[in-house]
Amino acid sequence: MNGPNLFEQQKKNLRRTTAILAGFVAFLVFLGVGADFFLYGSGVGPGFPIATIGALLFGAGSSLWALRAGDRAVLESANAAPINRDDPRQRVLDNVVEEMAIAGGLPKPAVYVIPDSDPNAFATGSGPEKSSVAVTAGLLDALNREELQAVVSHEMAHVKNYDVRLMTVVAALVGSVLLISDWGRRGIGWGGRRRSSRTGGGIFLVVFLVLWIVSLVLAPLIARLVAMAVSREREYLADASGSELTRNPLALASALEKIDAAVAPTPSIKQGVAHLCIADPRGRLVNEREGDWLASLFATHPPIVKRIELLRHMSYQAR
Amino acid sequence: MGAIGGCLVFLVLIAVFAALWAIWRYNNLISLKYQVANAWKQIDVQLKRRHDLIPNLISSVRGEMQFEQDTLEKVIAARNSAVTARGVAEAAEKENVLTQTLSRLFALAESYPNLKANESVRTLMEELTSTENKIGFARQYYNDVTTRFNTAQQVFPDSLIARTFNFQPVELFEITEPTEREVPKVDLNVRPQ
Repeated sequence: MNGPNLFEQQKKNLRRTTAILAGFVAFLVFLGVGADFFLYGSGVGPGFPIATIGALLFGAGSSLWALRAGDRAVLESANAAPINRDDPRQRVLDNVVEEMAIAGGLPKPAVYVIPDSDPNAFATGSGPEKSSVAVTAGLLDALNREELQAVVSHEMAHVKNYDVRLMTVVAALVGSVLLISDWGRRGIGWGGRRRSSRTGGGIFLVVFLVLWIVSLVLAPLIARLVAMAVSREREYLADASGSELTRNPLALASALEKIDAAVAPTPSIKQGVAHLCIADPRGRLVNEREGDWLASLFATHPPIVKRIELLRHMSYQAR
Repeated sequence: MGAIGGCLVFLVLIAVFAALWAIWRYNNLISLKYQVANAWKQIDVQLKRRHDLIPNLISSVRGEMQFEQDTLEKVIAARNSAVTARGVAEAAEKENVLTQTLSRLFALAESYPNLKANESVRTLMEELTSTENKIGFARQYYNDVTTRFNTAQQVFPDSLIARTFNFQPVELFEITEPTEREVPKVDLNVRPQ
């Protein structure tokens, strides 16, 4: 029985969520303290830390907003429409989502359909109590019932493992880091001039200044890389725990094969939602370049070929 | 305060920790117990739904499948006996019979193109297929939770708490296919010609 194992994974996931959030908060504080020192404060003495507090409040505010209303924004940006049970295909989808919710012992998420012919799917929300699953019309056309069930089980695993909550908050924090670092870089322009006449406050301050400027420049990159790494790791786990719900890893493997075969990108799904999808909506190019470490560093998903291979292996072990 | 006082403090501390531990484990068992009850309710809801859907399906396929009266009667009989089942073990047994007769009906329906073309029959079939799946997944979840509950009652030292408060192990919802349990008869006297 794999139950306790999965439970361990969820706990680990929640712990890691805390660590990642702490890292982001520390980064925001670092950016804010730097701004207070070099742009607003005296350069040495402690003034009122307006930028530090501002950065923290901004990060916290945007995370809270994302948890409360982020799912609606994501669904709207993808043009997702609530399901229509009169359409036979959508009725099957609705049934499949309920089946997987029962298998996972979770409340049933809201179900949406995206009018896009490319096969893809994503989950969003703030946790098992408030979640949504959205599927493109192309996915409904391309997959049979078993494969659809497998894709939904993958999304349900994202919900059950609290990935949706983690990714929602991470996306909000990445957004705040981008905004704040942009604002800091602009600040250097006039702030630096204002203080150019004064002498520095010792070696420590110089090192701090250099570090601060370097991280201001690199902030957008670092924040994105963390988000991508978090997302990639979750995909394998969702494949595995999703297959534990259906007890049918081969169906997910063949669904992934069909999704991979659709070369076109999914234009309805915006870049910001990429890490929530079953396959990268930017299309095949990113999924294919397996060996290229630079490409894989920026990928939101592990290579599909590798995921299929792991699923096949899983079904072999189960026998 | 001498050595006796120190000992007393020590004993009180141990008693407090033991009490806290007991409360923690007791609550764990209670939470599992409610999870089991909830999981059973999920199965029950889906079984009821299946019982409600079957008469509709039978009446809409009856005209077309006149030559399969035998199968239809078996489905109805299995359904009526499953409705009256009491308790987990009896429900499991009777629902299994119903699952088998239904899957036979589904297989037969495949060879009636008129049925497959009929919109309302197709919808009913999809609803029943989905209900079958839901029963399967609800059973899977129920058995997982029940196994966790039963295990928690038996591992030491939680078993002390379980025995003190009289927790009882819960039955699994088992699939018992009669053909699987029968020992195949092997006749060694038969020789290949």
